[in-house]
Amino acid sequence: MTALLSSNIVQTVLFGAALLGAISGMLGAFAVLRQQSLLGDALSHAALPGVCLGFLVAGGRDLGSVLAGAFFTGALAALIMQLIVRRTTLKTDAALGIVLSVFFAVGVVALTYIQGQGGAASAGLTTFLFGQAAAILRSDLWIMGAGGLAALALVLALWKEFKLVSFDADFARAQGLPVTWIEGALTVMVAFAIVIGLQLVGVVLMVALLIAPAAAARQWTRALGSMVVLSAAFGATAGALGALISASARGLATGPVVVLIATAFVVISMLVAPRRGLIWQALAARAMRARISEGRVLTALQDLANAHDDTAYKAERGMLNTALGAAPHAMRIQALERRGLIQQVTHPPETTPHWELTKAGHAEARALSGTPTDADKDTP
Amino acid sequence: MIDAYFASIPAMIMTTGILVGASGALLGSFLVLRGNSMLTDAISHSIVLGIIVVWMLTGHLTGPFQILGAAVTGLLTVVLSEALAKSGLVKMDAAIGLIFPALFAAGVILISLNARNVHIDVDTVLLGEIGFVWLHTLTLGGVRIPVAVATLSVVFAVNLAFVLAFWKELKLTTFDAGLAAALGLFPGVLHYAILTLTSVTAVAAFDAVGAILFIAFVIVPPATAYLLTRRLWLMVVLAVTISVLSCVTGYLLAVYWNVSIGGMMAATTGVWFALALLLAPGRGLVSQALRQGSERLDHDCRTLVAHLYTHQDSPDMPEENTRRALTDHLRWSEHRARATILRALDRDLIERRDGLLALRPKGQAVAEGIFARHHKSQTA
Repeated sequence: MTALLSSNIVQTVLFGAALLGAISGMLGAFAVLRQQSLLGDALSHAALPGVCLGFLVAGGRDLGSVLAGAFFTGALAALIMQLIVRRTTLKTDAALGIVLSVFFAVGVVALTYIQGQGGAASAGLTTFLFGQAAAILRSDLWIMGAGGLAALALVLALWKEFKLVSFDADFARAQGLPVTWIEGALTVMVAFAIVIGLQLVGVVLMVALLIAPAAAARQWTRALGSMVVLSAAFGATAGALGALISASARGLATGPVVVLIATAFVVISMLVAPRRGLIWQALAARAMRARISEGRVLTALQDLANAHDDTAYKAERGMLNTALGAAPHAMRIQALERRGLIQQVTHPPETTPHWELTKAGHAEARALSGTPTDADKDTP
Repeated sequence: MIDAYFASIPAMIMTTGILVGASGALLGSFLVLRGNSMLTDAISHSIVLGIIVVWMLTGHLTGPFQILGAAVTGLLTVVLSEALAKSGLVKMDAAIGLIFPALFAAGVILISLNARNVHIDVDTVLLGEIGFVWLHTLTLGGVRIPVAVATLSVVFAVNLAFVLAFWKELKLTTFDAGLAAALGLFPGVLHYAILTLTSVTAVAAFDAVGAILFIAFVIVPPATAYLLTRRLWLMVVLAVTISVLSCVTGYLLAVYWNVSIGGMMAATTGVWFALALLLAPGRGLVSQALRQGSERLDHDCRTLVAHLYTHQDSPDMPEENTRRALTDHLRWSEHRARATILRALDRDLIERRDGLLALRPKGQAVAEGIFARHHKSQTA
């Protein structure tokens, strides 16, 4: 393992993958908050013809021109989508589907055209379908690093604007912010994240690298700042782990591995995240149910006490069952005893256990039912 | 004759494409109208997992049980996405974007791991191999028919029967789900029936066009038809026709340029869509632009008439009721002033009198109409 990590190539791949994951994670957070996740799907598929275009223009697999081409067709797809949504009665999802499938089909045609032209270099192009982190070169890191810094600078510079537009675009418009331009900038950033992440997971699965880290981060925090940071961290971890695994196994494209790791982050976050997680929710619901049935036992005892004009009225199990209409769980009785709200007493000549409300129990029942009891008169 | 047809490779490739396109367009018409287009995207990706799992269990890729088994994953994606969105942890778009990439990634990894045994590789997953459908044949009534053509014919027949049998129900649930539910038509059952058939069609079409190009066949022709008509039956017929046209033109272009046949067929659906978007009578972008220009000119004519009426018989009439005033005082461009005057002359609203622009009786009536309404709204 240490031998693997000290290798120059592996270091490049690891660093590159982590960088790509961090950038997509950071920018994906805004896409998820603005409910534009599937726009990312459409734009990433639309990047394929751009990848081929960049390849044709540069005459080889030059990362700069490939990414520029991808960015160009991605932006074109976003514009056409806007046109379809604004000028026709087709719904947004249909516009997404049209742009996604037609651009991808054009990309496939261009891909087969390039492959038909021959040349060994064209083999590197299919790695953009599912991503191949191992194809990242040391020189590519500079391009990605510069792009990442530019994106980070933009996010920091326009932080307040992005935040407002992401959460309440109407309010932002009322405040006089140029919302259309800010939304445009956010869409461009989604396209940018896609272009940057393409090498890692490819056009087909890019949407997951955009959504999954952000969706996982969202479960842990309610603040935008920590969500963006956490999302970038999840993206970087998934990218690095995925690159490492796919590099050590033969014939395994990086994209699917990274996506499964990122999805695992989401599943874990959805289960265990405090307050929001499903396990947390289930526990909270159980505690709530227990509180409610305990409350019902208390009020039932209170009703019996009131009905018999006896604050120390001793109720037997069977009476409780009848009063409640169902048998209370033994655990609830024990919990109430533990909390000092009821106490078990004997009621000779009967030998079965009986329960009566303690002083604290009377107070609690009173608070729950809102009716005064005889105990009130006793306490000064 | 029949033998010659089934032995002809181009005929078989085109027939396969047409069957995929027609089956997809039948269901796609309803998916597009119901706003479920992107579920097609999710379904067509995630059936990849179903196909490989079914292969691992049974050792076969084709056959009715294999198709139905694989189609289950398509439906599973929809159910899981809807359940995840209902949990409130993420929104619907992110839910779709989380579930299908995960299932697709798992499918791609399983295919990579079994690459030596199963004769589908990850490129086929995306693009299909419509050019090779004639390689796998079965004998039916003494004629050798490609398996894909036989399977897709059955699927097409099922889809057609479904649409015809439930036409009224489909129409009602699509346009007014609430009323359909009130009439006892179970819109939810039809929703899943359509999506089940979409999954089955996607699996059957998978060998031919792959996961992503299938989306084009389902969404784009119905969307194109929707731009051309508002009648449901005509939309469905047009959608099927456009599919057939795309397959034929796409095949011919693909052979001519020596590129991916499936890709070119899907890209051609985009060409028809672009043509409809631009040229659709009444709703296309060109007629929208023409109508806008004409409406603007009409509005300018009313402004001109009102202007002339205001200054008529006043001391500044010689200065105001001229073409110069339109450019100098109203700040119209020369072109706009000339076009408006010509239009007003054509409509018999104004005339040239003593080197000035003067109102004709009709123009006088229009101006009085404008000011009468203006006056009324002010006193009201």
